[in-house]
Amino acid sequence: MTRIGTTVAKSESRAHKSAHEVIESEDFKALVRKRWTVSALLLAALFITYYGYILLIAGNKALMATKIGAVTTLAIPVGVAVILVAFVLTAVYVAWANSSYDPEVDRLKKQLKQ
Amino acid sequence: MPPAATQAMQTSLGSPSAASIGFFFLIVLVTLVITYWAAKKTKSSSEFYAAGRSVSALQNGFALAGDYMSAASFLGISGMVALKGYDGMIYATGWLVGWPALMFLVAEPLRNIGKYTFADVVAFRLRQGPVRIASAVGGILTVLFYTIAQMVGSGALIKLMFGIPYELAEIIVGVVMLMYVLFGGMIATTWVQIIKAGLLLIGVTVLTVLVLGNFGFSPGDLYAAVATKYGQAALEPGALVTSPVEAVSLGAALMFGLLGLPHILMRFYTVPDAKAARKSVLYATGLIGYFYVIIPIVGFGAAALVGREMITKIDKGGNMAAPLLAEFVAGTPFLGFIAAVAFATILAVVAGLTLAGASAYSHDIYASVLKGGKATEEEQVKVAKRTTVVFGILAVALGIAFKGQNVAFMVGLAFSIAASANFPSLLMSVVWKKFSTAGAVASIITGAFLSIGMIILSPTVWVEIFGNAHAIVGLKNPCIVSMSAAFAVGIVASLLVPDQRAQEMFEDEKLRTYLGVGAE
Repeated sequence: MTRIGTTVAKSESRAHKSAHEVIESEDFKALVRKRWTVSALLLAALFITYYGYILLIAGNKALMATKIGAVTTLAIPVGVAVILVAFVLTAVYVAWANSSYDPEVDRLKKQLKQ
Repeated sequence: MPPAATQAMQTSLGSPSAASIGFFFLIVLVTLVITYWAAKKTKSSSEFYAAGRSVSALQNGFALAGDYMSAASFLGISGMVALKGYDGMIYATGWLVGWPALMFLVAEPLRNIGKYTFADVVAFRLRQGPVRIASAVGGILTVLFYTIAQMVGSGALIKLMFGIPYELAEIIVGVVMLMYVLFGGMIATTWVQIIKAGLLLIGVTVLTVLVLGNFGFSPGDLYAAVATKYGQAALEPGALVTSPVEAVSLGAALMFGLLGLPHILMRFYTVPDAKAARKSVLYATGLIGYFYVIIPIVGFGAAALVGREMITKIDKGGNMAAPLLAEFVAGTPFLGFIAAVAFATILAVVAGLTLAGASAYSHDIYASVLKGGKATEEEQVKVAKRTTVVFGILAVALGIAFKGQNVAFMVGLAFSIAASANFPSLLMSVVWKKFSTAGAVASIITGAFLSIGMIILSPTVWVEIFGNAHAIVGLKNPCIVSMSAAFAVGIVASLLVPDQRAQEMFEDEKLRTYLGVGAE
């Protein structure tokens, strides 16, 4: 994170802030923004995957019915893939939260007046 | 060469067998022992509603999965794949995709802001009275329809599997699940869910392995057998997804409905903090995802090995596909195990629903509104238990009243109400500063009654149940309309009737929402 100036940096990192000061701080606002940005991106990915799958079936049944094996249709592995992608997206969120969100939360909590 | 079911197989389904009764009693015994143990630890309201916040992320992951994987999804989806082919898989996928959305939008703020129920979160900054009541109404309606569907489905299933009369089955379910909730509260219901989830996953895994074993562990060969018997169409998307609007609406109901199911959302309060809540969603998503990936194999296996004729002979809805398959691949003992697990599944889900319904009254209305948040611990637990009994009796009575009715649409209705009444207000309360009391109440009422109204006027009810010629509302699942309307009304009403105090509290609430400071 870049700091604008040393005076700002000092007041940002000073411990024993009031609740109001923390809420108003740039760091906190950035945290909230980041959290919702990550959520929005992952949600968009989820929508595209799932609704894309549904609309593909609704719009192009013939494609989904294409055989990729002796009898196996394309639809089958695609269906399974949608479930896997959904799981991976949740795992990505948790990985991000563990590595990026939680440490920042701890740091900000420490700044609060005891 | 895969064995073909050339003759109609004999089945012991429909009469109680030693194995099924034995497994059933074993499961009930173990769960009642757990209830007894849990009862000793359930004294305070925090223990009754939220298991004393002592549930770990992994345990909660199993409990969430257990709460969600009902008999309907196990027997219903495998039956759908068996009878209709690929379309069952589309349904299965839809059931899973709500979980990531739950994680991204709601899980952590829910845990941080609330205490025992999701209404805590909605009403946090707003005027308690009107919002609590509206939220409780939305919650109770959701739980009510879901419960009726479960009770009716379970009575029919138990009758099919064990040959017990419908009414008796309903009473048994009511009594046993009431014991879990009344004496053991959330601790007991959590452990019952964990055990049931474990047994269900083990059972379905064994079933899948045995099925694939019949086909040289090649899914391709399994599909080939199905195609040979029932044509290539069984492997292709069929009539389920016809119009894009219908498809998107159904998808929206399944995805966002989850974020408004009271019995699921309640479970987030049983873990210590938001981080544990987050992890439990990950575990639940993994377990449920695994379940929905293997369930179609069970369905296709049933079609190939047992045959559609046999399946529909026993139950034309196809609900007995999985138990019949179990009997085919591993005999009566395995059938007994699967039947007992299905019964346990029913018990566990109805218990969870009862606890959620009872807490909507006892915590949201009684303790928070009638007693202004000042009820003593003793009072709260007493009222919670009394409400539980009322809810349990109501569940059994409604189950018997709706005997034989086609109540499958009620699950869709429950999801629609959840997506339209509960979810929009929950989300707006967390993210939008200007969300007001008027907005919340308007949004919930709009969502709930528009859902109900539109489903009554839809083909499923208006034409198929009431027998009219044409449906007034063309959409089978009105969710996309009712949910959008709930958001719109919530926004407009909030702008027209603002809530100054709520706006002021929004900034302060952020510390709790995002950092967990001051969370219960």
